[in-house]
Amino acid sequence: MGVILPLLQTALELGLTGGLTVLALFLSYSMLNVCDLSTDGCFTLGAAVGAVVAIAGHPYLSILAAMGAGILSGLITAVIQTKMGVDSLLAGIIVNTGLYSINIAIMSGSSILNMNKTDTVFTKMKDLLKGTFLNDQYKLIVILFAVILVCVFLALFLKTRLGLAIRATGNNPAMVKSSSINPVFTTIIGLCVANAFTGLSGCLMAQAQKSVDINIGTGMVTIALASLLIGRTFFGKRKIPVQIVGAVIGAFIFRLVYTIALRLNMPAYMLKLVSSVIVILAIFLPYLKTRYPMLRRRLGILSGRKKGGDSHAEG
Amino acid sequence: MLKVNGISITFNPGTVNEKKALDRLSLHVKPGDFISIIGANGAGKSTLFNAVSGTFYTDEGTITLDGKDITLMPEHKRARIIGRLFQDPMLGTAPDISIMENMALAAGKGGWLSILSNKEKADFKDRVALLEMGLENRMSQPVRLLSGGQRQALTLLMATYHAPKLLLLDEHTAALDPATAEKVLEITRQVVAENRLTCLMITHNMQNALDLGNRTLMMNRGKIIYDVEGEERKGLTVRDLLERFKSKVGEELDNDRMLLSD
Repeated sequence: MGVILPLLQTALELGLTGGLTVLALFLSYSMLNVCDLSTDGCFTLGAAVGAVVAIAGHPYLSILAAMGAGILSGLITAVIQTKMGVDSLLAGIIVNTGLYSINIAIMSGSSILNMNKTDTVFTKMKDLLKGTFLNDQYKLIVILFAVILVCVFLALFLKTRLGLAIRATGNNPAMVKSSSINPVFTTIIGLCVANAFTGLSGCLMAQAQKSVDINIGTGMVTIALASLLIGRTFFGKRKIPVQIVGAVIGAFIFRLVYTIALRLNMPAYMLKLVSSVIVILAIFLPYLKTRYPMLRRRLGILSGRKKGGDSHAEG
Repeated sequence: MLKVNGISITFNPGTVNEKKALDRLSLHVKPGDFISIIGANGAGKSTLFNAVSGTFYTDEGTITLDGKDITLMPEHKRARIIGRLFQDPMLGTAPDISIMENMALAAGKGGWLSILSNKEKADFKDRVALLEMGLENRMSQPVRLLSGGQRQALTLLMATYHAPKLLLLDEHTAALDPATAEKVLEITRQVVAENRLTCLMITHNMQNALDLGNRTLMMNRGKIIYDVEGEERKGLTVRDLLERFKSKVGEELDNDRMLLSD
């Protein structure tokens, strides 16, 4: 028990904080069908803006500022891909690259900011809970609060006419146009909202660990995709609220497995390789399933024939 | 009603694949007209629909609908007054969202942040029940579970929810099996008659072209080569149509999916 509880707690805290980015990708990737590769940069942007505003003495405002910065970043990514003829993947990569400079500029030219003595939403909650039995759970409570808020918002948002239009845009843009809705508009709104969550995620991650460095967001998009796809294997084609909760649970499972692996002496730097492999497997396995009947036939033909035979198995 | 004045469009200009898809085409449609359009492959039938509905803009010419110049109006804005159905039943609906939600998008009522009321849900259910396909009991199912015919019927319902000024049907029954096609065609007749819609219908079924509506157009190489209505049209047979084509164009009507009879 002595080992398992802290392990669970770490996985929960990190999983839920990153879970906000998973929810962002749930909106942009699963609903809008846009793979937003600006996620890494936007995560760092949220962390940097949140840190700078908190250090300036505004712990609550820092949350709003980080989300606002995320919205702006999402707006730029969306405008580049919908109004300027740039492919959506490329738009994300371009914005991600540009954000690297912007993030360092925000941190006044430094690549690291320290928040050891800064008032953040976490220290505020810590003060609030001092002496109660929840004394040590202040991080978890802040993050849980944020995750629940975002989940409820997302579930309600996707039921509105705008939310439906966003889901349909990822599904069949032609149908959206026939419904007199401009898919450019729905794409812009969708990416803005998604990146607000990504910014929030970065902000909370930085404030929880009391520091930002320029690489805090590196690989986030892959980690979040891995979490999203893990969630999807369990809660795939269910109703939207279930899928949303599934995305968060996916983030938790991913962190749990990773935290356990760390305990078993896997070096910390393996995280990103593991997430890459998970994403590949999560996409490859369903694909393999559709190809399997053909592969089996081909193998059957090959093994049933002697070497040097002709190649009817081609294609 | 719809006035198309001398529209042209050339695809891949300046290349070996240059193709003049519409060649100074003009067409005046009267209110309440139900026009069937036939023509060879590549005659420009679908291109005409694309131009009218705004999928792309024409190189020259103007399009007015109900006295309003829509030549440069974006597609999604034209969709408020023009309903359209495609041959592919998958194009008109969003597969992963429910029948109810597809209807809600087509209805487009309320503000962006409004959520469906029970009254609206009941209204959608009543309308879907009119199709007599049992879909009213499957309102919360995603549309991808529906058959092609069911999806096309639903699309028809969605496209005509607000009684568009103009309904464009682009071989909308061609991908369906004969029985389902007949059913969807019957629903089309009903919807068009009830709402007194003005309608253009591309078909490869020559008999349908003569049976349905009050006017028939024949297209070739981006132009309307034959336009018939009234008494002259009543006596026409499929054979007559083919002969008209041959005398106008100087070659046999060639359409790989053309049905000469039913």
